[in-house]
Formats: sequence, structure tokens, C-alpha cells
Amino acid sequence: MSSVDIHPLVSGARAVPDFATFLRIEMLLALRRRADIANPLLFFVSVLALLPLGLGPEPELLANVAPGMIWVMALLATLLSQESLLRSDFENGTLEQLTLLPQPLYFAVLAKSLVHWIATGLPLALLSPLLAVMLNLPGEGYLCLFVSLLMGTASLSLIGAIGAALTVAVRRPGLLLALIVMPLYVPVLIFGTGAVQAAIDGYAYSAQLAILAALLAAAAALAPLATAVAVRISLDN
Amino acid sequence: MQFQFSSFADFLMMDGHGIYVWISYAVTFAALTALALYPWITRRRIQRELQRQQRIVQRRRKVTKERMAVVESA
Amino acid sequence: MAWQWFHRLGSPRWFYQKTGAWLPWLALASAVLLIVGSIWGLGFAPEDAKQGNSYRIIFVHVPAAFLALAGYYLMAVSGAIGLIWKMKLAFAVMRAAAPIGAVLTFIALFTGAIWGKPTWGAYWVWDARITSMLILLFLYIGVMALSQAVNREQVADRACALLALVGTVNIPIIYKSVDWWFTLHQPATLRLTEASSIDPSMFYPLLTVIIGFYCMYAWTLLTHTRTLLLRREIRTKWVQQVLTEGK
Repeated sequence: MSSVDIHPLVSGARAVPDFATFLRIEMLLALRRRADIANPLLFFVSVLALLPLGLGPEPELLANVAPGMIWVMALLATLLSQESLLRSDFENGTLEQLTLLPQPLYFAVLAKSLVHWIATGLPLALLSPLLAVMLNLPGEGYLCLFVSLLMGTASLSLIGAIGAALTVAVRRPGLLLALIVMPLYVPVLIFGTGAVQAAIDGYAYSAQLAILAALLAAAAALAPLATAVAVRISLDN
Repeated sequence: MQFQFSSFADFLMMDGHGIYVWISYAVTFAALTALALYPWITRRRIQRELQRQQRIVQRRRKVTKERMAVVESA
Repeated sequence: MAWQWFHRLGSPRWFYQKTGAWLPWLALASAVLLIVGSIWGLGFAPEDAKQGNSYRIIFVHVPAAFLALAGYYLMAVSGAIGLIWKMKLAFAVMRAAAPIGAVLTFIALFTGAIWGKPTWGAYWVWDARITSMLILLFLYIGVMALSQAVNREQVADRACALLALVGTVNIPIIYKSVDWWFTLHQPATLRLTEASSIDPSMFYPLLTVIIGFYCMYAWTLLTHTRTLLLRREIRTKWVQQVLTEGK
């Protein structure tokens, strides 16, 4: 077995880990799997590069669909990377070990979601102005697009973790995961694109961003709870 | 309360809206009928499966009995 | 003592025997109510001033939409009961409720689309209610797909229950957000059903069909649950007895 497969929690740390430890471990693991970070980003960029090829290069048309398209692609990129969130931990038994720890599974799951966001949502948000330029998004929308993606993708990571936990024991979860999680993504998508559209049209968009923040707060509080229960169900203990 | 249409043909036509109304009702009741029939079909399938299993068990018992008889007579 | 019935409910056998007596009455009630209500609505209720005869679709559309949403809550609540009290029967009810709810959602969507043609001039309009219904259908399909994908019955039961509960928390948020999205993009169309009061001559047939649909739902849910129980408990003596006697 290569050293990559050994979970740091299993190999080292004897003491009862706290949230910071979980976070450090997850970051370490994410850094070891750089391809997992790069793939969603490449997917995001390449699909958006296909868009003008399908729709035609007219700047007005592209500007019209840009907010929605960037958001939908960000959603898909987050969703596709969600499948591997718990997979390796499930296969090498770490997930089982995490459920046996004295502290709630909530924090371990929250750390996983947070790192998933740092690895996918954050780079997507950072990359979004570049794509906005390519799709001719009006200048008023940039800041709003960035901020809404920053908060929205975090909610998506948290919600998607529930689906990942429910399907972790299924052999090919890809499409099933999408089917389960997509309807739950709807509010985030609506308010995300709504905010950007409002910004482009010159209206105030703080209300939409406030709702996105509220969704994020609710997701951060509740989604890891559901994910923790789902992990225990999938492990059948 | 009285019948709203002057003739049966009128009732079917419903001023040109008949096709929409009748298709809606047909699909609704077809779907409800399918829902009602599904448990009945499943139940028959389970019944057949159980009968098949019971036959297999009986045949095995019979074969064992015959073999026992052969062994005892020998 | 008061809780005895609750514990008995946990026994599939008791449930099977008890509900067997209700089925004919429910079937009779739903058949009578649905037939009477439909004929009343189709032939005897007055024509709508604005929409003409096409409004008669309301007598199948509204009850189906009602029950599609109520069915999701029923599924989630029975799932929660199953998770909390580890009750086999509750899980069976939850599993049975998923396809029934999906079919009802489909009926509501289909009749809504048909109704849209004479009213709006298009089969599909991205109206707030229609879109919410479509998402509800996806929620149902998600639960059904998950129950198919997980091999172990026990795990599938609990996983579906959790998914249904997560969906329940989300439904109000989805409805509100879709509603907001619709007001943002609202084209100049007339609303399908306004909050205005409905005339008694139209309301009574509607009420009849709604009660009929409720009876039909109860009957369908019971028969589906009973069949599910037969399949799950096939190894027990009572099920084999029931199946061989053909009762």
C-alpha cells in the first residue's frame, strides 16, 4: 500500500482530534490529490469554452446567458467532484473509524465539506471573472458574481455531502447522486443567478446575497447533521 | 342543477375544449387504474414464486425419501 | 395501555389482518365519489366565464396536486417514524408512498400542461407552480432511485427516510425561491387559479372529487403497503398461509 492511501488519522495522531485537526488532515489529503482539485476547474472552463461554439459568438447573446451559464456550470462542477468526497475514506475504512470517535461526526463532516469548498468552490469563484470576460458579462456583474459564487458554492458543497454520504455504499453513484442532489440545489441556483442578473440590470442585489448567506448559514448548521446520520446509515451501524 | 350541454355530441365537443378535457380525464384515470392494478400483479408474482419454491422443497424431500428407502432396503 | 395500538402497529401481520377489512369500503367510497364527482364536474357544473369548458380539468388537476404534495409529507413522516422507533411497517408505508406520489405528481403536471394549451396557448409554461411540481417530481424520483440502488433493504429504508426528511426541510425553501424567481421573470399571462372565492356550484363537485382522491389514495397506499409486506415477510408462516389460501 502506498503512503498516499494511509489516512493520517489512522497512521498518526493518538490524541482525540478536534475540529482544527480534522481540518488540517483534510487539507493535507486534498493537497495530496491535486488532480481532484484541478479536474472540476478544467471541466468548468472547458464546458464554458464550448458554449460560444454551440450558441454562436454574438457578444449580446453571450452576455445574456452568461450569469445563468456560469452558475449552472459551477453547480455541475461542484456536483461532479462530490462523488469522491467520502469514497476513499469509505473504501479504506477511515469513515468507520470516524464514527467510532468520541466526538460527534458533525465536525469531521463539516471539515470535509469545508475542504471540499476550498478545493472546488473557492477556485471556481476566483476563476469566474476570467470566464465572465470571455462570455462578455457586463462589468457591473463581476463583483456580485464572485461574491455569490463564493457563498453559493459553499452551500452546494454542504448540501451535496448529504447525497455523497447516502450513496457512498452504492457501486456507481454518479448519476444517482446528481438525481438526489439536484432538486436540493434549486434555491441556491435561483438566488445566485438572480443576484448577478440584478447587478447587471443596475438594481440593488444585497437582498439576494443576504438570502444566499442565510441559505449558507442554514446549510452549515443542518447539512452536516444530515450527512453524519447518512454516513451511519450507509455504514449500517 | 341541470345538464349544461344541449346534446351528447355537444358534451363531447365542449366548444372545442373537449379534446383537452377528455385527454386529461383519460390519462388521470388510466394512471389511477395502473396504480390500483400494480399491487394485484405483484401479489400474483409473489404467489407464483412461493409456489415454485414450495415445489422445489417438496421434490427435494421426495428424492431424499426415495434415497433413504434405497439405503434401508440395501 | 394507551400505547398498545402503537406497538401492535409495528407488527406487519396485525396491520395486514386489520386493514383487510377496510379495503372494500375504501374502494367503494373512492369509486362512488370519483365517478359522481367527475360526472358532476364534467356535465353539471356551470361553464367558467373566462376559461369556458377547459376549466373542467380542475376536477382532476387540483386533487392530484393536493395529494402529490401531501403524499410527500406522509412519506417523510412515516420515514421519520421508522427512523425513530425502528418500525418496519412505517418503512413499508414510506416505500409504498414514493411511487404513488410520483404518479400523482405526474398526473398534476400532465393535466396542468394540457390545461395550459387552451388557457395560455402553450403546453409548457415556466410558471411557479408548474416548476415547483416538476421539482417535487424529481424529489420523488430521487427517493425511488435511491431505494432501487441500495441493495440491502434495511439500509435502503433508512437512507430513503433521511432523504425524504431532507427534502421536506427543503420543500418550503424551494417553493419560496421558485415563487420569487417567477415574479422576477413573470410574463403578462393570466393566473391559472386565482385566490378569488370559487362559486359553490363549482366548489361542491371539486370537494367531492378531492374526498374521492383522498379515499383512493388511502386505498392505494394500503394495497401497495400490504403487497410490500407480503414480499418482505415471505419467509414467515402467516404470509405463506395468506398466499396459499389466496385470501
